[in-house]
Amino acid sequence: MGEVKLDLLQGTLDLMVLQTLATLGTLHGYGIARRIEQMSGDEILLNQGTIYASLVRLQQRGWISAEWGTSENNRKAKYYAITKSGRKQLAKDAAYWQRLSNVMGRVLSMPAEGDL
Amino acid sequence: MGAMREGWNRVLSFFHKPERDAEMEAELASHVELAAEENMRQGMPEAEARRKALVRFGGVQQARERQREARGLPWLDILMQDVRYTLRTLRRDRSFTLVAVLILALGIGANIAVFSVVNTILLRPLPFPDSQRLIRITTKDPKTGESSMTYSTDATREYQQRNKSFQQVSGYFAFSSYINYKLGGHGVPLPVTGMLVMGNFFQTLQVEPMLGRLFTAEECLPKGRQAVLLSYPFWKRQFHGDRGIVGKAIDLNGSPVTVVGVMPESFDFGSVFSPGLKVDIFTPFILHDFQDDGNVLALMGRLKPGVTLEAAQVEADLLFPKLDGSLRQPGWHAGYTGRQVLLKQYVTGELHRSLIVLWCAVGMILLIVCVNLSNLLLARTAARSKEFAMRTALGAGRGRLIRQLLTESLILSGAGALLGLGIAFAVIEFLVHQGSIALPLLSEVQIDGATLAWTVAIAIVSGTAFGMMPGLKMSSGNLQETLKDSGSGAGEGRKHEGLRSALVVSEVALACVLLVGAGLLLRSFLRILDVDLGFMPSHAAAISVEYDDGGNAAKRSAIWQEVIRRVEEIPGVETAGISDSLPLSRNRSWSVSAKGQRNLRPGEPQDAFAFLVSPGYLSAIGVRLIQGRDFRWDDNAKSQAAVIFNETVVRKLWPGQYPIGRIAIANGVEARVIGVVADVRESSVEGEPGWQMYLNGVAPQYGPAGADLVVRTKLPPDVLASSVLSTLRQINHGQPANEFQPIQGLVDHALSPRRFFVYLVDIFAGLGLLLASLGIYGVISYSVTQRTQEIGIRMALGASRWNVQFDVIWKTLRLVLLGMVVGLGVSLAASRLIAALLFGTAASDPKTFGAVTLVLLAVALLAGYLPAWRASRINPMIALRNN
Repeated sequence: MGEVKLDLLQGTLDLMVLQTLATLGTLHGYGIARRIEQMSGDEILLNQGTIYASLVRLQQRGWISAEWGTSENNRKAKYYAITKSGRKQLAKDAAYWQRLSNVMGRVLSMPAEGDL
Repeated sequence: MGAMREGWNRVLSFFHKPERDAEMEAELASHVELAAEENMRQGMPEAEARRKALVRFGGVQQARERQREARGLPWLDILMQDVRYTLRTLRRDRSFTLVAVLILALGIGANIAVFSVVNTILLRPLPFPDSQRLIRITTKDPKTGESSMTYSTDATREYQQRNKSFQQVSGYFAFSSYINYKLGGHGVPLPVTGMLVMGNFFQTLQVEPMLGRLFTAEECLPKGRQAVLLSYPFWKRQFHGDRGIVGKAIDLNGSPVTVVGVMPESFDFGSVFSPGLKVDIFTPFILHDFQDDGNVLALMGRLKPGVTLEAAQVEADLLFPKLDGSLRQPGWHAGYTGRQVLLKQYVTGELHRSLIVLWCAVGMILLIVCVNLSNLLLARTAARSKEFAMRTALGAGRGRLIRQLLTESLILSGAGALLGLGIAFAVIEFLVHQGSIALPLLSEVQIDGATLAWTVAIAIVSGTAFGMMPGLKMSSGNLQETLKDSGSGAGEGRKHEGLRSALVVSEVALACVLLVGAGLLLRSFLRILDVDLGFMPSHAAAISVEYDDGGNAAKRSAIWQEVIRRVEEIPGVETAGISDSLPLSRNRSWSVSAKGQRNLRPGEPQDAFAFLVSPGYLSAIGVRLIQGRDFRWDDNAKSQAAVIFNETVVRKLWPGQYPIGRIAIANGVEARVIGVVADVRESSVEGEPGWQMYLNGVAPQYGPAGADLVVRTKLPPDVLASSVLSTLRQINHGQPANEFQPIQGLVDHALSPRRFFVYLVDIFAGLGLLLASLGIYGVISYSVTQRTQEIGIRMALGASRWNVQFDVIWKTLRLVLLGMVVGLGVSLAASRLIAALLFGTAASDPKTFGAVTLVLLAVALLAGYLPAWRASRINPMIALRNN
């Protein structure tokens, strides 16, 4: 068996979507999914379909807005953009993740007892 | 903020499912298109590009489900699914649904009806503001009827002034039913039931009139302006709800009386103070007019805020013994006591035990219903086990299956509760209009919020209870085994059998307890019906006679003689007589002692129930003369009155001596004993008779008196009603159209509370028995169906029909016997709890227990025989081939 891909923690996908939209502006669902795959260096196990649960959730919370539009190749697609309250939420969640990953980092790099 | 918005959006999505789904489909399609396009740009052929795109997308169905979950209300979706599915399956299984809902409706309906009665009588406060501060004041030893529970006007006034516990002390004339008003002005005078209440009576209860006002102080003074308050039903009936009646005068007993107000519909004097009595009007009790009439007031009061019952009692113990019976007769040492009882306790106290018993009985019915339903559902789930195994194989979790089964049982219990509510509503409507049942507050019974809450609670609890067991049983089954199982093979269903048998045993035990309780109560009731009342209620009827003697005994004698002579001339009338009060209706007691004897014991002279009667009354009502003679019209010597005692008095006053000719002091007047009669149950059928004396109603020493004419006849009383009334009207045109009431009616009225309970408990026991037999039948019949093949094999191997029948019946009997052993054991313990409700019947009455055993056995045999018969008809060839 090869290297096991990372399973997504609850809520992390939402944060990734928000971050992607915040940096890249308006995108459709496929675009967001591709972008996340690229950013993660293919380390994340992502069925692209799962992104739609996340999108609808964020939309219903009012953190992103959605509108049907046409792609450069004239295909109809639903485009998402981050809203003002979405940005606020992103800042909050990002700060939280930073703190958590700092703490996790410190805890995991704790020297073994004998090394003290 | 986000959460609220999300919640709202979820609800919106839930209701816009098709639109949202269409949008989702479009989006998913565009996703795949976009992905395929990009793949093609990288040089893939179209088919490969699409395939790759779909692979990267992952499970399309999962994506849909996850989005639906994220956007809508998944639990509600599942619930709706379950409900739809349940309704579909229930509709398919129509007979099962019908039986289940009917059984539940009966059980729940009985519970709702009884709860609303219990709630009204026991749990809810009385229908007055701050009713926990309302106190009834009675004497501590009320052994001689109303007279020993009431107080004189002077004592009342004194207590009102001296006490510091009460905001207000008030009362009503305890003998009001002696005074029947007649409403004139429209041809035949109409008899009206009036109640004399003290001026502050309604203020004490804090009841406001619906129209007009209460009595003013002036209206409560002697010779004041005459005023009357109408009760709501009387106002509706007699004055057609005319609001203009207030302020107008009506003709009461021939004089104009001003209607000052109408009491609200919610105020029902009878239901609180005198169950079974319908009061039409209220008039002020004028203390002055009753100053010399002895103990006439029934007292109650409203405690000051913060004063406890105990404090009031301590004060009463100090005050009451010092109260004067009458200020004008300093010699009268009334020797009052004042027991303070919460009015609520006074009104409903005696019913407490009966109602609890009733409540337990319906609770047991509900248990039996649940057990029955469990059984039905178990059989059903067993038949559906393959369906469930299939669903489990397809990925349904155990929780989801239990949820589905619970949805089913809750829908059943919900439907049962709805129908039960309908049944209860009908029953309550019926009860409320039973004016003849002497139960307090019965007219207040209704389905209120508490009852509805109770309904919901028992529906949920019972639905969960009977749904849980099959649910757990089912979902714990072995999936593979069930799927492999061929269906109706030999081993199938065995695993449920133990559980089902246990259910039958418990059902039989419950029914047994119910039957024993009901049997004991029924036997007590039969014993009471057999009680020697001391008079003969059948073939006799009474009517209240109106006359005016102007306070003159001789004139009264003439009128009474005329009335009796004329009535006895009516064909069909055997004999007639007059008394001022009838047994088991109202009562009053006067002091009595033997002349020349010192008081026998402290506390003497004893009071005796006093009846002012005409010659001939004793034979008209059917009281047996033991010694001496009846009154004669000429027993009216001024010097000495005549008296007839009952045996109890004679036994106490002149033990072992010949009583006739002895002199007694009755109500302070010398009277010669002329006769001794049998004891009469004067105040209740169940209680022991008290001291009774009969005095000549036409003697100058007593009276004036009201007059109830008692007529003994061989004909049904209704036949005579019109001719008696018209005869009375010929004698006195003012005679109101009073009711010609059979004496049996008095007995029925006195027995009505017990009859009410006995009937209800017996109905519930019958219901329990029916349900239990259905349960037995269901289980045995099901097991026969399950074992068709096995029975077929046995018969093919030579078992006779009789063998097969015996087997099935024996199996039934085993279960029933086990249930009965448990049930009889529990009954033996439980029946002691209802011992106080029994009359002339031991709690362990062997006859009742024996009869219950026989009945249960007979029912069990019947319930087992039908499936046994069916089993013996099985054709081995068909049974074996039919797999």
